[in-house]
Amino acid sequence: MRPGDRPAMKLPRSYRQMVWHHFKKKRLSVWGLRVTLLLFAVALFAPLLANDRPIVFYREGRWSWPVFSGQDKVGSLTWKEIRKGADFGTHPGGSFEKNWVAVWPPVPYSPTEYDLVESLAPPGRDHWFGTDDSGRDVLSRMIHGARISLSVGFVAVGIALVIGIFLGALAGYFGGWTDHLISRMIEILLTIPTFFLIIAIIAFLPPSIYNIMIVIGLTGWSGVARFVRAEFLKIKQLDFIQASRSLGASHLRIIFVHMLPNSMAPVLVSAVFGIAGAILTESSLSFLGFGVPPPTPSWGDILSQSRDYIEFAWWLTVFPGLAIFLSITAYNLVGEGLRDAMDPKLFR
Amino acid sequence: MQGYLLRRLIQIIPTLLGITFITFLIIQLAPGNPALLKLEMTGQGQMSDSAVSQQIIEQTRQLYGLDKPLPVQYLLWVKRVFTLDFGTSYKDHRDVWDKILERLPVTLQLNLASIFLVYLIAIPCGVYSATHAGSLTDRFLTLLFFLLYSLPGFWVAVLLIMLLGGGDFWDWFPVYGISSIGAESWSFSRWLQDRLWHLVLPVVCQTYGGLAYLSRLTRAEMLEVIREDYVRTARAKGLRERVVIFKHAFRNALLPIVTLLAFLLPSMFGGSVIIESIFSIPGMGQLGFEAVLSRDYPVIMAITTISALLTLAGLLISDLLYAVMDPRIKLE
Repeated sequence: MRPGDRPAMKLPRSYRQMVWHHFKKKRLSVWGLRVTLLLFAVALFAPLLANDRPIVFYREGRWSWPVFSGQDKVGSLTWKEIRKGADFGTHPGGSFEKNWVAVWPPVPYSPTEYDLVESLAPPGRDHWFGTDDSGRDVLSRMIHGARISLSVGFVAVGIALVIGIFLGALAGYFGGWTDHLISRMIEILLTIPTFFLIIAIIAFLPPSIYNIMIVIGLTGWSGVARFVRAEFLKIKQLDFIQASRSLGASHLRIIFVHMLPNSMAPVLVSAVFGIAGAILTESSLSFLGFGVPPPTPSWGDILSQSRDYIEFAWWLTVFPGLAIFLSITAYNLVGEGLRDAMDPKLFR
Repeated sequence: MQGYLLRRLIQIIPTLLGITFITFLIIQLAPGNPALLKLEMTGQGQMSDSAVSQQIIEQTRQLYGLDKPLPVQYLLWVKRVFTLDFGTSYKDHRDVWDKILERLPVTLQLNLASIFLVYLIAIPCGVYSATHAGSLTDRFLTLLFFLLYSLPGFWVAVLLIMLLGGGDFWDWFPVYGISSIGAESWSFSRWLQDRLWHLVLPVVCQTYGGLAYLSRLTRAEMLEVIREDYVRTARAKGLRERVVIFKHAFRNALLPIVTLLAFLLPSMFGGSVIIESIFSIPGMGQLGFEAVLSRDYPVIMAITTISALLTLAGLLISDLLYAVMDPRIKLE
């Protein structure tokens, strides 16, 4: 509330407004939210931020958008040669003065473009975060790696949410032997050494980002299922459920229209923490060499490379690790803020 | 109480069967078979003589019972495990128990040292934070532990190796293995010193996460308890602050802190795949990792089963501890 506002009785707010009101008060969590949004933007606009093609290119009266069109040559020159200052004039058919204009992305390297001359270069003017052992730009790989991390995080948690909500709802709503069976399944998943199992499965499967998403999702739903089940057990007893049942509502309608929206709070919180966990698992797997297949860039993969050059190539260790740490911290902060903000005990 | 214990013990059986069956299914259905892999490793599988190779594969499959249908294989495995026999490793034909017992001491050393440090540091920090809530120190510790909590372990390990393990910065600690070469012939005190020296970095990596978690837990529990009426009563009686905090408040906050120990049981056994592989520590984590890489089914099954059993035991122990420590809790 700004100083000019009257502290009037504007109390009847919606639940969402109340949660946001309480969330806002936690400065660190708001920062966490900002970082997650920033990472999201980086992942979304990765091709515009780091690319070996210019965003806009103008030559001989013609404009083109190489990033979007995928055009990889002008005449006989590759973008790499043009970037390095090759002149069209030296090639037959070109004129002698510089007659082209290019707007390059801030990081004018693609994540897979290698240049052995530049290999293991420390951070500098050309490569802000240095290069790896094949001379690929680390910053570019990290920007594109954000896509991998975030998509693994979101898709894996999405899978876990679908399974967890479905099974948790079944167990909590129907009770009886359904509940017994599902509770036993939850217990099994909680008891299994999950990370070990994930490594075992991933090591046996062909390397692919989809396998990683699916395996993390399939092993990560137990928390969600427990929360949904507990909420359903609580809500089932409430009058409005009895009322809608007596009005002849179907099971599906009661579950999805009446009960599920009322049990979303803990699910949302565990989903946010789940994203942090999935990002950590993916980077650990990539670090161990079971991650996305090369040359796809991934934060854990850069870190795993760094082990071979650990004596001197600090930039291969520090920057990607920082990215993993920052994104996990950000999601954890948002999760904590959300958890506290959604706690009805704190609403006044 | 006895009825409760019995029921819980019986409940463990279906869960354990479920876990082992799922693990069994996953590793058996996965593409690639150990007979073929073994052939490649022994180096006899040169493309030249495929008939002989085929024969060897068949023999290996028969030797390990891999030619029988899956449910039969699983039942055979369960039957053997009931007599605590996990079979022999596909890789070197040694008894799985021997392999585990050979690796376990190292992992135990690592984990016991780390758990000891976690409790030693986390509890005073947590209590101090709670009793001085809102102070500068509390805010600093809270932030520090939050950051530590989110730090990925493998990154910390690589950073420590980079900074302290030779290379461009400092050369303070060894980063490979658990002993120097030739340490077996040294005197005990020298051997111990060498071993401790080797364990410093891995222990740090295994400790800070648990430290952050436990400290946050202790702080939260203490804050809850300090608000209770009986703490106010103790203060009103004129007891010294130290007595109020440690005798009246802390003891009541201790419950979740102690029961947490039970949950550490499985990780004490399983070790950390990542930390052990980074520091080349021949412990349980590395054994599991190697078993996965070489598809050593008996070893994978043994580790999963024992881990799961210890997790279940840990859950049971923590529930029992609750009941023992808090008379208000009745086990039905």
